[in-house]
This record gives sequence, structure tokens and C-alpha cells, in this order.
Amino acid sequence: MEFFQNIDWLTVLYAFIVGGILCIIAQILIDKTKLTSARILVLYVTVGAILGGLGIYKYLVDFAGAGATVPLTGFGYNLSKGVIEEIKQTGFIGAFTGGIKACAGGIAAAIFFGYIASLVSKPKIKK
Amino acid sequence: MKKVGNQTYRIENPVTILETACIVGPKESGGPLAKDFDKCVEDEFYGESSWEKAESRFIKDTVDTVISKSGIPSSKIDACYAGDLLNQCISSSFGLRELNIPFFGIFGACSTFVESLILGSIGVDGNFFENVLCAASSHFCSAEKQFRFPLELGNQRPPTAQWTVTGSGACILSKSGSGPYITHITPGKIVDMGIKDANSMGAAMAPAAIDTIITHFKDTGRSPNYYDGIFTGDLGYIGKEIVIEMTKSKGYNLKNNYNDCGVLIFDKEKQDTHSGGSGCACCASVFSGHLFKKLKDKKLKRILLIATGALTNSTTSQQGESIPGIAHAVSIEI
Repeated sequence: MEFFQNIDWLTVLYAFIVGGILCIIAQILIDKTKLTSARILVLYVTVGAILGGLGIYKYLVDFAGAGATVPLTGFGYNLSKGVIEEIKQTGFIGAFTGGIKACAGGIAAAIFFGYIASLVSKPKIKK
Repeated sequence: MKKVGNQTYRIENPVTILETACIVGPKESGGPLAKDFDKCVEDEFYGESSWEKAESRFIKDTVDTVISKSGIPSSKIDACYAGDLLNQCISSSFGLRELNIPFFGIFGACSTFVESLILGSIGVDGNFFENVLCAASSHFCSAEKQFRFPLELGNQRPPTAQWTVTGSGACILSKSGSGPYITHITPGKIVDMGIKDANSMGAAMAPAAIDTIITHFKDTGRSPNYYDGIFTGDLGYIGKEIVIEMTKSKGYNLKNNYNDCGVLIFDKEKQDTHSGGSGCACCASVFSGHLFKKLKDKKLKRILLIATGALTNSTTSQQGESIPGIAHAVSIEI
């Protein structure tokens, strides 16, 4: 029971709403524009990086937690955050190393789990 | 063979469609025409390890079936015209590599099947060949990978998208036989109206179909009522509407006897196939299964079959090029 008592239910609700709104925007883009999913993906990362760089996305993360960090805009935000921090520590070269460093865990995990999934699963037709 | 009008040829030495065969995948097996197909396969992989191998097996088994149904030994078949949608037509060439029949690989996108009928009838009419094998195949999973996105990406399909038919259709054309006969052929011209959406092939190919249909009527002096049925290959619901409206504005009323193989093959409501079927196998299987049976049973006596193709590939659509369409027509009568 302690597990449930320690959850901040209000943040969970905000995460649900903000994450949901980001997905709704993407769904509208898929349905109403000719943008391919790959372009929408890049758009989300770019928007996240720009908003992160301008210091705006941080407020959304504080407000909605995983609702803002898990969608692709969160990846862009992470890239820009990493760059800013690395520049502060190592100087100009941080502009090139910071982003990937900050996202290294996510990228390595994606490759690792993707590889594992490819070993155990077979492609299927859409139903 | 005699040229009539601008683009149509009348076959002088009768070319009989001796026998047909078609094998389809699970989705098609659940559709309204399932009982007309020779074999319905329950597994998209068809027992193979990749979509491409599966498609090759579809065309191989279909060709084997049509040869055994016709009773003509493969040594008596002088040529084979076959094609599909994959790079370098590998489904046909890999599937038919053990066939031992002189082979012409052809590409007309989804118009391939009728293109093969046209080339085959020219060969038979011209006394070059005694018997000719024509075949085409497509596979939903390999076509998605080839033209759109690999299925592993889990992309959503927009409402205008069509569903590539999984399967293969084949037939044997022969100098001897008692029909149904191929009587006229109208090879189509490339028509490009500037449509760029790779998810709306029906609209891209419809202008080519309209061009070929109207040319056929003008060349032969026939009216739409001459035929018991006029069938386009894979325009789907959207393309079908465009054809009905555009031909009407040019003075041809197709409403009574026109339909599209992509509309016939699936149940739109139950199967969630959006705008209908597409792919080489769409026209090939609907003709080889459904329409050929009706011709044999004399339920249809004269049909005009117009296969439509979108002559595009993934590189050209990524580079923002429009989609050129083509449509080939054959008239088949008993």
C-alpha cells in the first residue's frame, strides 16, 4: 500500500493529459496532412530541442513529468539540455558531444532491446 | 492482327484463354470471392522465411497449378510473360527459375497481368507461339516494404490507402481451343495528371484508365453496352467513382456494367481494407478466379478488362515526383 501512497496522483494526471495532447497533435498531423510518420517524428524532436534550448520545455517537464519526457519532444529536450550542460563544463566541443552523451542511455537501450526483440519476434501482417 | 483506330488491334487468329489458376492469401480468402480461387493459403509466409520468398512461392505454385489444370506439358509452352512489383521483378524470376520455359520478365506495375495477356496474344496471333503462359503476383507485406514502409515500423494507413492483394494469378493462352477468346487489345499510354500521394494510387491511375477505355470505344466503335462487364484492375472505390464521373462527362455511361477488381475482392465494411484492393494480383486473381469462371459458365459473354498501373517507386515519391499511370485493355469474348 505504501507504494500507492507515495504516488503523486496529480502529476500522474498531468502526465496523462500532456502526453495525450502531444499524441493527439501527431494523430491530427497523420490524418490531415500528407506528412509521413518519419517527418512527424523529426518535427517532434526538433520542436522539443528548440523549446528545450529556449528554456521553455523545462516548465512542461516540471509540470507533467513523464508526460513531457517520454514523447519524442522529450528526446529533443534531452538533446538540447545535454548540449547546454556540456558546453558549460567543457566549452565549445560540448555542442557536439553533449547531446549524444545525455541521450546515450536511451539510444543504447533502444539498440539493445531492438536487437533482442528482433531475435525473438517475427514480423506480422496488419489485421 | 489488324490495327483498328489509333491504338487498338483486332486479333485475327483466335487466341483462346485455355485455363487459369490463382492462389491467394488469408485476407483474400476471407473476401466475397473466396470460393472462386483455386487455393486459399492461411499463412502470409506460405511456409517460407521471408515475404519475398512467400511471394515467389505464390507465383510458382500458381503457375504449376495452371500447367497441370491445362494438361499441356511445360515443354509445349513456348514462352512465359510474368511480372510483379518487387525490385527487378524478383518474385517472378526467382519463383519461376526452375520452370524451364523461355521467360520474359515484364513490369507494368499493377497493369502487369493484362500487359502479359497483350504480349502473349501478339505472340500467338503472329504464329510465333503455340502456347503462352502469363502470370503476375503481388504480396501485401513485400509491397508495403517496397513502396511505403516496412511492416515492422507499424505505420498507420490513411483512409485513401488500398490493400495490396496477396497472391498470384496465371493463365495459358493457346492457338487451339474454343474460347473464351481475346479479340481486341488496346495497349495504354502513360498518363500523368500530377498526383503525388503514394497513398492514393486509385486517383493517380484513374486518368490512364479513362484514356484507355475511351480510346478503346472510339477505335472499335463499340459502346459500353456492348460488354456484359467492364472491369478495371485496381482503382478501388475512389478511382472507380472518378472513372464513372469522368467517362460520363465525355458521353459514355458505364454505371450499369462497370466495376473494379479492387472493389470486388474485399468486403470493405468487414475487412477494413479502406479504399479497396490493389497490386498485380488484384486484377490477376479476380480475372483468373472469378471472371474466367463466369465466362466459362457463359454468365458473362463479353468483357473488357483494363488493368491499371502506377509507374512509381519509393525513390521517385520521396523525391516529390508525381505518379504516372498506365492502363492496358483486352476484350475477351466467348
